[in-house]
Amino acid sequence: MVVHDGFSLRKVVAGPAADPILRGITVDIPNAGITAVVGPSGSGKSTLLRLLNRLDDPLAGEIRWRGQRLDELRPDELRRQVAMVFQHPPIFAGSVLDNFRVATADTDEGRALHMLDHVGLAAGLLHRNAADLSGGEAQRMCVARALLTDPMVVLADEPTAALDGEARHTIEKLAQQLAEAGTPLVWVSHDTQQLRRLANHVLAIVDGQVAAFGHLSDLDGSDDPVVRGLVGVP
Amino acid sequence: MNNFVDAGDLMLAFAAEGADIGLAGLAVSGVLILVAVLISLWRKLDLERSLLWAAIRALVQLLVVGWALQLIVGPDDPLFWPALWLMFMLLFAAWTTSRRAAGVPHVLVLSLLAYALSGLVTLGVLFGFQVYEFEGRTIVPLAGIVIGNSLAATVLVSRQLLLAATEQRGVIEGRLALGLSAAEAFQPQLRQALRMALVPQIETTKAVGIVALPGAMVGLILAGVDPADAVKVQISVMYLVLGSVATTTTVMSIGISRELFSSAQQLRRFRSD
Repeated sequence: MVVHDGFSLRKVVAGPAADPILRGITVDIPNAGITAVVGPSGSGKSTLLRLLNRLDDPLAGEIRWRGQRLDELRPDELRRQVAMVFQHPPIFAGSVLDNFRVATADTDEGRALHMLDHVGLAAGLLHRNAADLSGGEAQRMCVARALLTDPMVVLADEPTAALDGEARHTIEKLAQQLAEAGTPLVWVSHDTQQLRRLANHVLAIVDGQVAAFGHLSDLDGSDDPVVRGLVGVP
Repeated sequence: MNNFVDAGDLMLAFAAEGADIGLAGLAVSGVLILVAVLISLWRKLDLERSLLWAAIRALVQLLVVGWALQLIVGPDDPLFWPALWLMFMLLFAAWTTSRRAAGVPHVLVLSLLAYALSGLVTLGVLFGFQVYEFEGRTIVPLAGIVIGNSLAATVLVSRQLLLAATEQRGVIEGRLALGLSAAEAFQPQLRQALRMALVPQIETTKAVGIVALPGAMVGLILAGVDPADAVKVQISVMYLVLGSVATTTTVMSIGISRELFSSAQQLRRFRSD
């Protein structure tokens, strides 16, 4: 049996027991490039990402990461391999450096400055109170903080939804660099233009089920007008 | 909480002999309630009924406590009755906590455990080192002080932790997502809640003797005890209060923290989420 080297989901049901949001998802998420997860509001995109970081457990079905069931892995170890970037960046108390040290306690200033540069933030922000950062700066700091754990994959839940053009561009460029350097991303997006700029693969979820999955070019040729709308066929 | 504190203070004072102010004295002190009622009428505060009800209730409660104590605090009386009294206080405090901190998972069991452990530790020190004789006369009032003074702080810490777990879900899950354990992820919220519960008690302890003379000491002095001896008792009581509040809130907060997270280190969802 060939073991899938990324996330494998089989008949996954998740959300409130009385009214599940995901209703039987089966998919192998590629462990390369950027996989965009698209779908209407409430279709279960964020629920899916939370499952992959094991912030929630499914009601039914099975999720595997590199062949191992998630519930057989230590949650803290899994989460350090599977970084999560949230739509609303969670800012911790203290400076930017303090925030970095929550992720990795022994982060020295040299590595911290390197990470700031990596996400396009000025070195002068290192000792700035994190609460004083702008929305774009805070999101980039959170990306840098997540990358400090040296993750094998990055889960991003609409990370640019609240950002302006320039900040969005910086995050997108960083995502592409990460993917090219071998760190795959699973990226939830509402923005069809962004999806077309970034995605190698697209997972379309409608009403809690997989409506389509494949290369962007495959989905462009879908017979389903909903799927074609979700990927923004020109 | 005040019922417990008053009962404890009164009981300590009760330990002294020759403290009888007589029924006439009691009746005269009741004139002060009439003064409060007149003020309420004069300023149209609409508090007359509440004032009278509070005064009558306090009178009945304390008379019952005093009567019950007389039955069990003799040096030859068996320890069974103080033990039963202690159980009742524990259950009542846990029930009160569960009502005032509704929504906190397993709050009744956790608070029962917290009060019991706190009593065991603090009273264990006082009785273990023979600061007080181990007898009904001391067990009941000292346990009343431990439980009564811990009640408000325990309710506060319980509510605060639940509030933090719902209102700060994003930040807590942000830490979890970085691979921190549940205990590490919740540490800032736990610290904040414990500080909120303990700081008022610390401030009260610092102000003692300057802003107000504490009840136990006043009670003992009024009962004819040498002020120097009364001060020593009061200091031990203050330390008992600080120790018990710290122990109860710590046990409670550790217990609640465990309840807030699943075995997979996931922050559970609550009704107010």
